[in-house]
Amino acid sequence: MPRSIPGCVMLDGRAAIRRRLGLRLWLSGGWLALVLLAALLAPWISPQDPLAQDLMSGRLPPFWVPQTEPGFWLGTDSLGRDVLSRIIWGARVALIVAFVAGTLTATIGSALGLIAGYFRGWADRLISRLVDIWMAFPPVLFAILLIAVLGPGLMSIIIAIVVIDWTRFARVIRAEAMNQGAMDYVASAQVAGMPRGRIMLAEILPNVLPTIVALLSLEMGISVIVEAILSFVNLSISTDQPTWGGMIAEGRISVHQAWWVLVFPLIALFLTVLSFSQFGEGLKDRFDPVLR
Amino acid sequence: MPDEPLIRVENLRVSLADMTQKPLIGRAPRLEILKGLSFDIPRGAVVGIVGGSGSGKSTLGRTLIRLLEPTGGTIRFDGRDITHLDEAALRPMRRRMQMIFQDPMSSLNPRRRVAGIIAGPLRLHGLDRVSARVDEALDHVGLPRAFRNRYPHELSGGQRQRIGIARAIAMAPEFILADEIVSGLDVSSQAQVLNLLERLVKDLGLTLAFISHDLSVIRRLCTRVMVLQQGEIVENAATADVFDHPQAAYTRELLDAIPLPDPDQANWA
Ligand SMILES: Nc1ncnc2c1ncn2[C@@H]1O[C@H](COP(=O)(O)OP(=O)(O)O)[C@@H](O)[C@H]1O
Ligand SMILES: [Mg+2]
Repeated sequence: MPRSIPGCVMLDGRAAIRRRLGLRLWLSGGWLALVLLAALLAPWISPQDPLAQDLMSGRLPPFWVPQTEPGFWLGTDSLGRDVLSRIIWGARVALIVAFVAGTLTATIGSALGLIAGYFRGWADRLISRLVDIWMAFPPVLFAILLIAVLGPGLMSIIIAIVVIDWTRFARVIRAEAMNQGAMDYVASAQVAGMPRGRIMLAEILPNVLPTIVALLSLEMGISVIVEAILSFVNLSISTDQPTWGGMIAEGRISVHQAWWVLVFPLIALFLTVLSFSQFGEGLKDRFDPVLR
Repeated sequence: MPDEPLIRVENLRVSLADMTQKPLIGRAPRLEILKGLSFDIPRGAVVGIVGGSGSGKSTLGRTLIRLLEPTGGTIRFDGRDITHLDEAALRPMRRRMQMIFQDPMSSLNPRRRVAGIIAGPLRLHGLDRVSARVDEALDHVGLPRAFRNRYPHELSGGQRQRIGIARAIAMAPEFILADEIVSGLDVSSQAQVLNLLERLVKDLGLTLAFISHDLSVIRRLCTRVMVLQQGEIVENAATADVFDHPQAAYTRELLDAIPLPDPDQANWA
């Protein structure tokens, strides 16, 4: 019988793929790290008080315009509040919503999806029926209704996102868990005598984790948008706390006199949402030793 | 009791709900897959289970090691009735019966290294010297110990199937079920895996049920042959008898249909 040669394995192209994925992961990760730092260090790094009004220095243009006042890098809004400082403080609200709502949504939805997809039977019928009924509601109406009942505020936004979006995780993870559950490595764990619950957590969960992570990152981006939209329509937290959505709403009014009040928070929002989705995809690919 | 067979199956029935024929309202009709099988697997026997595609070989195998629960009849393992034991009651028996799967890619968790794949069942059953047992199992299947740290996707098809075999024998089971374990491999890996299996059966004194649709493989490896046709046993005898004097018409059909290589010119040596 020919001996197998130890050093001889199939060549794999993972190194090459990794390099290509690298840039996307680094760029999106870099921006997200920057936003995270801004949110964490807001009290120390924001150049001005984000709430300080000064009608004498309203609508100051950004730093590159010649006759502007120094210290207000991205200009001021009509009330004279520093745009950069408000963006930095707004990152706090955006990220709190992203992390809390994203994590809760992912946890609840994935747990239900895993149970439905792996255990099947009545658990699946119950959960799938619930998902179907849930998705029959138009989500935006649902959100506004919920916030109308709960009253505006950070908690309400988070609850609204979780309540609406858990079905996304439940559906996708159910399908994945079903695929994985049909694999022979699951049968093999059963032959070894592993209890069902442990098979789900120790065998199947690690294999659907890349999908959960990608969805979670996407969900964080969605949460940032939802928070911005709700702030925009004034259903978010109190108006004196700076939020990107609130800034966009205010900036829209005076866009012809002071475009920077609208454009800079819009860029921050856009880059953050884009980065979340790209970061998730990049992580999923890197997470995967198999690279399906 | 040396005379008692390791496995005794009596009037084994398995039926599944046929969801394709399910009426809009009401229950799906039952699809009879195994229709009352009775047979023994003696200790130390290598029983070949043959039959066409869809004849119920895999269903029988998975029922024997209780991945499926029978609808009727009894299965005794070493004298103990395991027909309807639940998972918790089966757990102590699980160590004594193992399975090797057809598709070595799907049967190895892609997120575990080889060492974890082999050690998992050992830890589950609280065995000692886990690491040493993993090394011994790798030695047995002729893979270098350095493979401990590989992931399944870093192995060839034949190597993966050896890991599947190593996982099964590491538990030192009395009975192993092998379901079409070479049909996914190329010819040279097939020969290697079969040689390996032949040697392991001898060295470890295993009782083996070997499911295959390839009669030439069965002839080489098995002491007994059981022929399955549409969920029924049409022939069950010593290998030589089946090949020299097939009783059932279906067996003769199978023998004619498959081009048999001359077993003396052992084409996989
Ligand atoms: N989950 C299932 N639901 C319905 N029918 C099934 C299921 N699994 C297997 N069968 C049917 O049972 C029969 C036997 O299948 P199987 O044991 O896999 O055959 P073999 O392994 O001999 O090819 C086939 O006719 C197959 O279609
Ligand atoms: Mg089969």
